[in-house]
Amino acid sequence: MTPAVLTLSDVGYRWPRRGSFALTVPDFAILEGESVLLLGESGAGKSTLLSLICGTILPDRGSISIAGTELTALSGGKRDRFRAEQIGVIFQQFNLLPFGTVADNILLPLRFAPQRRKRAGNAVAQATDLCAALGLPPDVGRNKANALSVGQQQRVAVARALIGQPPLIIADEPTSALDAGSQAAFLDLLFAQTDAHQTSLLMVSHDARLGDRFDRVIRMEDIAQIERAAA
Amino acid sequence: MTLRLAIASLFARALTVGMTILAIALSVALFLGVEKVRTGAKASFADTISGTDLIVGARSGSVQLLLYSVFRIGNATNNVTWESYQDIAARPDVDWIVPISLGDSHRQFRVMGTTQAFFEHYKYRQGRSLGVADGVIMDDLFDTVIGADVAATLGYSVDDPIIVAHGLASFTEHKDQPFRVSGILEKTGTPVDRTVIVSMEAIEAIHVDWQSGAQIPGQSTPVDVIRGMDLTPKAVTAALVGVESPLQTFALQRAINQYPEEPLLAILPGVALQELWGIVGIAETALLAVSAMVVVTALIGMMATIFSSLNERRREMAIFRAMGARPATILGMLVLEAMVMAAAGAMLGLALLYIGLIIAQPIVDSAFGLWLPIDAPTLREAWVILGVICAGAIVSLVPALRAYRMSVADGMIVKT
Repeated sequence: MTPAVLTLSDVGYRWPRRGSFALTVPDFAILEGESVLLLGESGAGKSTLLSLICGTILPDRGSISIAGTELTALSGGKRDRFRAEQIGVIFQQFNLLPFGTVADNILLPLRFAPQRRKRAGNAVAQATDLCAALGLPPDVGRNKANALSVGQQQRVAVARALIGQPPLIIADEPTSALDAGSQAAFLDLLFAQTDAHQTSLLMVSHDARLGDRFDRVIRMEDIAQIERAAA
Repeated sequence: MTLRLAIASLFARALTVGMTILAIALSVALFLGVEKVRTGAKASFADTISGTDLIVGARSGSVQLLLYSVFRIGNATNNVTWESYQDIAARPDVDWIVPISLGDSHRQFRVMGTTQAFFEHYKYRQGRSLGVADGVIMDDLFDTVIGADVAATLGYSVDDPIIVAHGLASFTEHKDQPFRVSGILEKTGTPVDRTVIVSMEAIEAIHVDWQSGAQIPGQSTPVDVIRGMDLTPKAVTAALVGVESPLQTFALQRAINQYPEEPLLAILPGVALQELWGIVGIAETALLAVSAMVVVTALIGMMATIFSSLNERRREMAIFRAMGARPATILGMLVLEAMVMAAAGAMLGLALLYIGLIIAQPIVDSAFGLWLPIDAPTLREAWVILGVICAGAIVSLVPALRAYRMSVADGMIVKT
């Protein structure tokens, strides 16, 4: 059986100062190379779940393990470093530092992740290759990030998530800012890359139509319980 | 790369950042400028009189004697008799002696009676001699040489007539003995600029018909009769003395201070100037304090700019966090950014100072007689710049700590 790249078991988290809201995830795992679409309406706890997986917040109980490392055992600074090493993150939009060049943006996570930098080898060359593979114009690296179209910016974000081959990519509604045609093209490129590098992908969306392209589709309510005390 | 990204981020906000840097630059230029003027003024002040070893006058305080004999401020409590003056002049350790007679005025300017030796021995700004800008040094009894400010203020040129008033701020004038401007001195930046200089004999001549400070009614001696009279002064207000050898200065000072016939006071001009600067120096310190406050204000302005940028930069901080930056890295970036701004401001301020100095140096010299030297930046200026950068870093800690807390709370997800 393929080992899991991400495992959550018996995780419980209660928002501080918002005592009425608590999230529990009894058991959830993503296997190596697997692509998972997580569907959920807004307010279903998707953002909290992503924050827990990325280690910017710590669960009150339970265990979160990524690529064999127990996240809850790490200090805040170590979790940040670990995120840089192991996870590529793609946001809904505004992924890039507008004042930096495309190359600056793609190389950004390597600054905080020395091992990932080593894995990347010639990082600039790899960035150029990724840009070409993602259908970005040649020499795009020297452009200012805010000179690109939204679709191009999302593709740069994919290149940034993929550089140095982290085992897990987390994408938070990366297609919602794109029109239907661009969405399909974007997903084609994304899957071509994750398949090529055997990277696991966890994409969060509220759009069930994307589901047939993924290995597995999970609804938020299937894996997590939200507890809301009467306000 | 961190520095390059910080600079790129600053360039992206060029307008507000530019304004902030300009404010810091102006405040630093002001601070360094005040510092320059301060040291320049102090040097100019100390150079008001040089080459004179002792100033002799009637016994009073050393600052008072300096004030009326050199700065023409205030009045002598008493005069020195001509006999005492002659006694001192005759001492073997006295190389030269120049008498000064004060008490009359022309408009708002003091009239000083002295001898030709004054032009020879009065030195200012490290041994510079008085120069004549126009005309010649007086050689007739009723000739006068006026300072640059006197000529400029009253619009006098060579050969103009001058009527001297008796006493200060007085309406009684020595109308019967008008003077003629024979020469106008170059600007010196010393009280000489504001002085009307006549000969010792002229002071006697205009007081021939006067007794105990009032004109004898109906008496008016014709000018040609005065010219025939013995015009040896009866008293002098003060005297500038040069000694044969510097070693004798203190012995001569003691001898004059213990002069048995009359209570006299001899002072070392340098020491008295120091004493006087100690009094006026408070204003200078206050000025420096005010300009330091301007620098602080500019830095607080920078702090406000960083504060107001935090909200619009939440997204940027979230991107850094998602890429693995620690909250401490966010804090460090903001502090680094502030240091870059402060450094740019300080450097620009230094450049502004030199541009200002190059433009202002001749103007300030001719208008105020204040010489502002243009030197390479000193260690002191380097410390000021370093201080501004450090202060910028410290000030930026306030918004940076807020950004730190924000990035801990937001993590990598910003609710928009």
